[in-house]
Amino acid sequence: MNIQAAITIYIFEMARFRRTIFQSLVAPIITTSLYFVVFGAAIGSKIETINGVSYGSFIVPGLIMLYLMTESINNAAFGIYFPKFVGSIFEVLSAPVSSLEATVGYVGAAASKSTIIGLMIFLTSNLFVTHDIKYPLVMAIFIILTAITFSLFGFIIGIWAQNWEKLSIIPTLLVTPLVFLGGSFYSIDMLPEFWQKVSLLNPVFYLISGFRWSFFGTSEIPIALSIVAILSFMAICLAVIAIIFKTGYRLRT
Amino acid sequence: MKSQISIENVSKVFGRHKALNNVSLEIKEGEIFALLGPNGAGKTTLISAICGLCRQSSGNIKVNDFDTLSQYKETRNQIGLVPQELPLDGFESVYNSCQFSRGLFGLKDGRDHIDEILKTLSLFDKRDEQIFGLSGGMKRRLLIAKALAHEPKILFLDEPTAGVDVSLRRDIWKLIEDQKKMGVTIILTTHYIEEAEQLADRVGIINSGEIILVKEKTALMSEFSKKTTFIRLSKKLKDTSFMEKNNKISLTDNGMTLKLVGINNTSNELQSIVNLLSRNGIAFNEINTVDNSLEDIFLDLVETQ
Repeated sequence: MNIQAAITIYIFEMARFRRTIFQSLVAPIITTSLYFVVFGAAIGSKIETINGVSYGSFIVPGLIMLYLMTESINNAAFGIYFPKFVGSIFEVLSAPVSSLEATVGYVGAAASKSTIIGLMIFLTSNLFVTHDIKYPLVMAIFIILTAITFSLFGFIIGIWAQNWEKLSIIPTLLVTPLVFLGGSFYSIDMLPEFWQKVSLLNPVFYLISGFRWSFFGTSEIPIALSIVAILSFMAICLAVIAIIFKTGYRLRT
Repeated sequence: MKSQISIENVSKVFGRHKALNNVSLEIKEGEIFALLGPNGAGKTTLISAICGLCRQSSGNIKVNDFDTLSQYKETRNQIGLVPQELPLDGFESVYNSCQFSRGLFGLKDGRDHIDEILKTLSLFDKRDEQIFGLSGGMKRRLLIAKALAHEPKILFLDEPTAGVDVSLRRDIWKLIEDQKKMGVTIILTTHYIEEAEQLADRVGIINSGEIILVKEKTALMSEFSKKTTFIRLSKKLKDTSFMEKNNKISLTDNGMTLKLVGINNTSNELQSIVNLLSRNGIAFNEINTVDNSLEDIFLDLVETQ
């Protein structure tokens, strides 16, 4: 196995993150702070506790998930789309690099970047609210699984996209609404019964709910269901990537 | 010489377009092979199929007996590719870009080797600069440096001197010759026939996806050699009736020069024409004979196909 190739791609992609460290970290931190000021302090002060948790604390897992998912998708999609766009992807395609090694390099880097951003948001939240993590190990597992799974999804989008518009269309029109409607900022118990049932069709709801369980020990659905949901999505993404590399879809002519 | 790349009955179809049509070709170890052809002839497609950028629709390609599809790691390990365009990540530094290329081939830090290549290509003082800041010629050289970063046994150069100035072209030619001396097999596509004439050991001509000819360059030049003789007349020729029976003679330079194409010296054809001029009272003051170039041979072959 050409492990060095996977490491090389990983280092190369992380170098891009370092070059744009200010933009990569400061923007999410500022936006998160604004969320806490608006939702946590201004609006949150008018909202009763949810399952015994203050509203400011309640939205922390949702905010982390929001960034974890969107940053994973964006970083992985850009990571593979940019060399396709400038043509430098020929180097990877003509090198002795297997699909697994390429995926580990690109997806590993994207997942690392989004995990760092997720942790920065978690640290930022501590400036506004205090919370004890009930199951820190489960929290860490959820962060890593979500980062990897959505980076795999972003990797697929980056290969599929043939222009910049397509690159952003799925994150903008599908993922962001699913994250917002997946209970990032509210409990689905707050919704009318019909919309509660609709929310159960949203796969992101299972992830946010499970992640929230790791913080507070309570959630709308069993934790096992959340883990099954994320592992299922990961399996689907891996299968799609395997097909992409086997067929050369939008990579090799 | 041992065959290093073996291409057997390779075809590549894009939709209804057959880019490669049953191509068979052997590339010998240590040679410089020039692949010539007009635009859209299939040169880049053939290179892409060997290097793994595209998959042939049928046929087999082997590199040192390894199959390019089922044993792609072994085949690609031996190959360096300089593409036709300038596809580079402009935000990266020159050195890191070379290190990336080397790392993809499973090789760890090769600072000394990369520095040596950058010095050879006059890029050493730019090693820490971002690629964005390089000129077109420097980017072309960087692509060559990247292709050499993993010390390949086979080097593909897809129009390596397109758009570079004469001085840099000579530098690249020297580098190609140096690589050959080091035992590297070189496959070159070019639009500059002069380049192939200067560098190649063997020449292959591809047109409409088919290899129409493969020959040693010297054999090709001698087999298809045609001399063109120019006879500069002392005054403008008005009566051209004597030329009508000989299709090898034409009048150029506004009636001041006779152009004789494909004159066979061994059969005293030139002497006969000179005698013919004397009999018709036509004086001349200069005779100049030139051999046709590889470019002429190439054009003849492609046009007559």
